[in-house]
Amino acid sequence: MTTDFWAALYVFVLASFIGLGVIRRVSRLLHTPLMSLTNAISAIAVVGAIAVTGDDNPLRYRLVGAVALFASMTNIVSGFLITDRMLKMFKTERKPGGGERA
Amino acid sequence: MTLGVTQLAYIAATSLFIFALHWMNTPATARQGVYAGAAATAVAVGVAWFQPGIVHHGLIVVAIAAGFAVGIPLSQVPLTAVPQRTALSHAFGGLAAGLVGTVEYYLWLLETPERLSPFRVGALIAEIILGYLTFTGSLMAAGKLQEVKWIPQRPVTYPLQNVINFLLLVIALILAAAIVSQPAAARGALLFPIIIVLALAFGILLIIPIGGADMPTVIAILNGYAGLSAVAMGFALDNKLLITAGALDGSSGLILAIIMCNAMNRSFTNVLFGAFGQVQQTKAGGEQKVYKSETPQGAAQVLEQANFVVVIPGYGMAVAQAQHKVRELYDQLKKRGINVKFAIHPVAGRMPGHMNVLLAEADIPYTDLVEMDEINADMPQCDVALVVGANDVVNPAARTDKSSPIYGMPIIDADKARLVFAIKRSKNPGFAGIDNELYFSDRTWMLFGDAKNVVGELVKQLAGESH
Repeated sequence: MTTDFWAALYVFVLASFIGLGVIRRVSRLLHTPLMSLTNAISAIAVVGAIAVTGDDNPLRYRLVGAVALFASMTNIVSGFLITDRMLKMFKTERKPGGGERA
Repeated sequence: MTLGVTQLAYIAATSLFIFALHWMNTPATARQGVYAGAAATAVAVGVAWFQPGIVHHGLIVVAIAAGFAVGIPLSQVPLTAVPQRTALSHAFGGLAAGLVGTVEYYLWLLETPERLSPFRVGALIAEIILGYLTFTGSLMAAGKLQEVKWIPQRPVTYPLQNVINFLLLVIALILAAAIVSQPAAARGALLFPIIIVLALAFGILLIIPIGGADMPTVIAILNGYAGLSAVAMGFALDNKLLITAGALDGSSGLILAIIMCNAMNRSFTNVLFGAFGQVQQTKAGGEQKVYKSETPQGAAQVLEQANFVVVIPGYGMAVAQAQHKVRELYDQLKKRGINVKFAIHPVAGRMPGHMNVLLAEADIPYTDLVEMDEINADMPQCDVALVVGANDVVNPAARTDKSSPIYGMPIIDADKARLVFAIKRSKNPGFAGIDNELYFSDRTWMLFGDAKNVVGELVKQLAGESH
């Protein structure tokens, strides 16, 4: 096992603890937007896809990379847009009439 | 771009991702979270693109443009279709991870075999197994949610199902071990595609025995898998940004899946291997129970006299497109100074939190959407509980009937309200095929009909009287 591996494992374990801590506190109201947001975030695989597509590799590899890049990019674009679209709908009060709060 | 700058940018992106999720803890700051996440992703894309190794730009531009062309319309789907969209994007995420892993493997094997350490190959194989099984599994889940004709809605089961699934996985792991033991050996080029096929098949077989009622859990689990495949890619490419972002996604999937399982009193293994939602045989020979039904006029008069009304919505409300009528009803009651709350069961809807989004879209303030645990404390004070398109989540059998398939599932205590109105399309049992005792209680009156029409009638009655 290389030192790389152990460093990576540290990062993974610590990041998981941060993730569990942060996500546990996410409002239950927002679990659907949370999922579309993490969806967009996990499209970070785009980094690998760009490398495969843009490096000086044989064309057939780059074409497969382009498909992966397309798939990740679709997730990034639709994930962030739809999350924002949903979050815009969460309001505390209604504007016209009937505005009293419980 | 130098290594230092690249790493600094990745650290900044990681921090932004953590902030993005942190800001989701309240609706007030949640949109900031989206901007932080989008900024982090933009940084990551920019940094990856400006690496010295990147010499071909045409394909990148085309692929990114195509991603926008498909992604923008996908973000505009109706909110009832958000579960399918989410499942579909898990599929895309899995596919991307699988394809990148596949290309990396063959590049290393054929061009630079000296870079293939057992650890790297192991990570790559984990990446492609998780990626490809997420791909087909999520496609199946999306198909079931979209009710595509050729994908069976009902769970498909056959003898030795779990044994066969398990064997597939074991074979894949044996092949993986064979590759990892000699990473640079030529046999890897032949074994690798077999692992891909096994992972693809495993994804399908994992989902077909799972019924519609379990989809919220399954989507959450697939969310976690998509994250873990990104983590594995990070291990293979030694990229810490991929590891952290993937770990955040993985923990989100894990937490949501646990919440969903608790809300149904089921375990992970039970959801994945239990084939819940099969046709339940209704107990024969039971005495014929009778419903009491009420007219919208009568119900409106009762509602008007109430001080505290709790609406309990279920997915049936969304199917009937009744949420906007429900909001009008909310307005009518609010106008009379009546306290109105919505009781949200964690599994109401088809994915975690789905019901909140559907009600928020109908312009109902989120401050009046109350979680199950919180509202249950108040249910004894509730004058009228109005059940709209919900069934299993208010079924008292979950508390009392040990033979019921939903026994032990936490429910919203509608039966503790002074009076219950339940809107129901027909006299058939609900989604899980279980009879609901609540409907036969002496405090319950049924309002039969399409949810949208019935609520519309109630609104008309209340509006008529207020003038």
